[in-house]
Amino acid sequence: MRMKTFPQGGVHPPENKISAEAPIQVLDRPSRVQIHLGQHLGAPAVPLVQKGDRVRVGTRIGEGKSFISAHVHSSVSGTVVKIDDVLDASGYRRPAVVIDVEGDEWEESIDRSPELVREIKLDAHAIVERIKDAGVVGLGGACFPTHVKYMFPEGKQADTVIINAVECEPYLTSDHRLMLERADEILVGAQILMKASGVNRVIIGIEANKPDAIELMARKARSVNGIEVAPLKVQYPQGAEKQLIKALLNREVPSGKLPLDVGCVVNNVGTALAVYEAVQKNKPLVERVVTFTGRHLERSGNFMVRLGVPVSAMAARLELNISEDTAKVISGGPMMGKAIAGLEIPVTKGTSGIVLLEAGAAQRLTVQNCIRCGRCVTACPMGLEPWRLEKLAQLDRFEECEAAGAADCIECGSCSYTCPSARPLLDYIRHGKANVMRMRAERRQK
Amino acid sequence: MSRNLVISLSPHEKGDESVQKIMWGVVIALAPALLSSIYYFGWNALRVVVLGMVFCMGTEYLVQTFMMKQKSTALDGSAAVTGLLLAFNVPAAIPWWQLLVGSVVAVGIAKLAFGGLGKNPFNPALVGRAFMLASFPVHMTTWPKPLENVWSFGVDAVTAATPLGKLSEGGVAALPNLGSLDFYKDLLLGRVGGCIGETAALAILLGGIYMLYRKIITWHIPVVYLASLAATTGVFWLLDPGKYADPLFHVLAGGAMLGAWFMATDMVTSPMTARGQIIFAVGGGVICGLIRLFGAYPEGCSYSILIMNAFVPLIDRAFPPRRFGREVTHG
Amino acid sequence: MNPVIVYSVVVLGLVAAGAAVILFVVAKKFKVDEDPRIDEVTEMLPGANCGGCGYPGCRGLAEALVQAADNGDLGGLTCPPGGNEVMAGIGEYLGLAVEESGPTVAVVRCGGTREKAPAKLEYDGPARCSIAHSLFAGESGCPYGCLGLGDCVVACDFDAIHMNGDSGLPEVDEEKCVSCGACVTACPRNLIEIRPSGRKNRRVWVACQNREPGGVARRACSAACIGCGKCVKACPEKIQAITLENNLAYIDPAKCIACGKCILACPTGAIQATFEPVKPKPKPAAAEAAPSGS
Repeated sequence: MRMKTFPQGGVHPPENKISAEAPIQVLDRPSRVQIHLGQHLGAPAVPLVQKGDRVRVGTRIGEGKSFISAHVHSSVSGTVVKIDDVLDASGYRRPAVVIDVEGDEWEESIDRSPELVREIKLDAHAIVERIKDAGVVGLGGACFPTHVKYMFPEGKQADTVIINAVECEPYLTSDHRLMLERADEILVGAQILMKASGVNRVIIGIEANKPDAIELMARKARSVNGIEVAPLKVQYPQGAEKQLIKALLNREVPSGKLPLDVGCVVNNVGTALAVYEAVQKNKPLVERVVTFTGRHLERSGNFMVRLGVPVSAMAARLELNISEDTAKVISGGPMMGKAIAGLEIPVTKGTSGIVLLEAGAAQRLTVQNCIRCGRCVTACPMGLEPWRLEKLAQLDRFEECEAAGAADCIECGSCSYTCPSARPLLDYIRHGKANVMRMRAERRQK
Repeated sequence: MSRNLVISLSPHEKGDESVQKIMWGVVIALAPALLSSIYYFGWNALRVVVLGMVFCMGTEYLVQTFMMKQKSTALDGSAAVTGLLLAFNVPAAIPWWQLLVGSVVAVGIAKLAFGGLGKNPFNPALVGRAFMLASFPVHMTTWPKPLENVWSFGVDAVTAATPLGKLSEGGVAALPNLGSLDFYKDLLLGRVGGCIGETAALAILLGGIYMLYRKIITWHIPVVYLASLAATTGVFWLLDPGKYADPLFHVLAGGAMLGAWFMATDMVTSPMTARGQIIFAVGGGVICGLIRLFGAYPEGCSYSILIMNAFVPLIDRAFPPRRFGREVTHG
Repeated sequence: MNPVIVYSVVVLGLVAAGAAVILFVVAKKFKVDEDPRIDEVTEMLPGANCGGCGYPGCRGLAEALVQAADNGDLGGLTCPPGGNEVMAGIGEYLGLAVEESGPTVAVVRCGGTREKAPAKLEYDGPARCSIAHSLFAGESGCPYGCLGLGDCVVACDFDAIHMNGDSGLPEVDEEKCVSCGACVTACPRNLIEIRPSGRKNRRVWVACQNREPGGVARRACSAACIGCGKCVKACPEKIQAITLENNLAYIDPAKCIACGKCILACPTGAIQATFEPVKPKPKPAAAEAAPSGS
């Protein structure tokens, strides 16, 4: 089958899909969870509980009040200990609800039966409401509130929903395992999204290094109207939204615009599953699959983890002795993930995986002069000039950064990855981009 | 964990490209040309190459350590490449002290004075060679004949003019073999007079292919440069074959092959995008052809590249890569 | 005479004369009429073009000052590096009343040395505070503390602030600091404040900006302000220069008399000063005061 891909830029880091064969395991019940109130893009949820309140699995403990926000639900049953500032992947302490776990009682409204529910009884509007009530956000990492994505502004419409099952980041295998183990539910979830958006076409994009998932999903999708599976060339960042849309539909999202402006909506495959559970089982988002891996570890695996559980629970389940070898812990994949301060950080809706790096791999190389080789330009999927953006950002020349397209940068890291002089290109480009956004915000206020 | 964890921004992985790998890869690509130069020019070739590399790396070390007071990068491979290429661009009998002057100018002035690796606008080896040509015109245009007495000491080298030199002096008449297969074989294999590294076109081509395979360079600059040179000289050859030499001769003779594959492709002094590189190569090939046909010098390769080096920042500005999402495209 | 020399001299002479005429005509025709006071005032200013006044360069401030003179009110314009001396001279020249202000200096409000706020993480990246600030709280874990990468040092035009290699904190050179405020803007954590130098150069300040609850703050740094309020109580009743808000104490420099009592009261050593506070002498014991053998 001729493989689709995006035409410009990209790199090919080693795939390291060490945990691809490990079936998803459910972790033991934790003794305490710390559920962050800001687990999504937009304003953090406002706490609805206080010290001493008793909660069950699925109880709404935080309310998303502004337009771009999401609700947060308890992932355990027990007693609220406090609302405290807890360290998260941002490197700073953020408000979280701390709950001491007792038992495993679920909210009665949640359907816990394992039977597949195919029939979609709700209409588009009700579906979006249900998604909102369940606190579903994009599980690919950006955590954009999903219900907002399906509230189309006046005059805009879509003709395609794309399910992003690419998982182009090295090491991560959670989406892969989800497809192998929960394919039917994912397909129903895709159909629900079709109904919510009014489209009659869904494309599930899967990178070619997951042939078993491609085969399985393609086979099952044959009996569903409107869903097709498209294998994609293994190229990073194939799973980046704009690149994926270009590869599958040959449409380019214009600078500063959204996928909806070219008539499509993109959702991660894990989000599709969460949508199924929210709409068909009335189950809020309280758990997700997380890959725990590292080249120097004896074992790695994929786990279904309740939100708020510390990442160390997975290491304990794998009976790993995280020794002095580990120098860096990453939440996410190694290309775009965030280095975190330790294994005590709790799992949030955006934690797709935890990758451990040993000392040799964790340290950056010595920075040398730019040799103007142009590899960063060739690698940039957005057609930017990273060397120029780095130089301008270093000198704090932010207007020129804006003109050179800093705001278009998707922060994929291909430029830093490929630079022979080991220059921290993306560090400076981010600095420039952040200041360009700040400048734009100041301009808007005037 | 008993040690402190490392916190840094993404990406946390690094590809395995490095400056050192690229530079020493170029040195390896120059090996066939080096071997052929030693074969044709004997001790002198070895002398010039070793001295060139030592002088260049030495200049870099001394200037960086004592004048710039910073850690020296003399071993990162770039000064070695400059030394090797400078050596390839001079005749075998060049006096050592002239080579020293050239090396100091190439590394000290054309590279370090601008800020070191990556900051020089002009190709350092070519600047060194141009300086030597202007300062020592006689020695820089006295070429020992290849293969004659090249391994004996104390015997003066027998000199002969290069094919391009003969063409420039006496026109097509001075090259009675022009057009014959034997002559092309001589040009290809390097059995002609010239600077030690430029004569063996085949050896250079092999090195060029190696660099393509290692992805150190792309095909755009060398192929387009030689094609433009061939086109420029070819136009006039077609109009008057009795007066002008054919384009295949021009591509194989003189420093065109060495220039196209190793000098013009220097990443620091060439454009960053494929489009820019093609423009750069077209300009270089045309200028080289014009200098050869109508200029006072018999060889125009070095100057054509130096001239186009000056335009590189402009080319990079005028031909940026295609920005995603800036034009409307619909599938 | 050699004709070449004659021709050269004549031709070059004509070219020179022609150029001179063109320059003269252009200078006259395109002359910009400017208030001559602007040039005068620019001369009186230090010429450092540091931007501390908020204007682009000394000439920019000169234009604003002349404008202000025409309006009759200086309106708060001042040149920090120039100080009172320069402003007084300018005021006299322009015929404006100039308020004298006390000398000020930049003060670094963080006491998190490598010893007091030990590193629990290792930062690997460019040496830019603004970049590190966007990445994480800092190697010690204090989200308000100094990151030690020297954006303030780079920003200073007057060589007045340097990183202390042992402590990992920046130190201000009082002699060279002109209070231009470049370091204040450069610090992404707003740690540096321009404060009055104080009478006889005595000044006191809270070397902390941490607003977290005391227990959390102390975990990261042993010299953190824990918001206990002992300094507020120690400050003499008539002075009351210290306020406590968001678990952080702040000493108002306008009220502070630099007595040093708060420094002695602070349990963590978060309050710093340019002088050693004098410990009160212990009162004589009651037993000794009682008469013996009466």
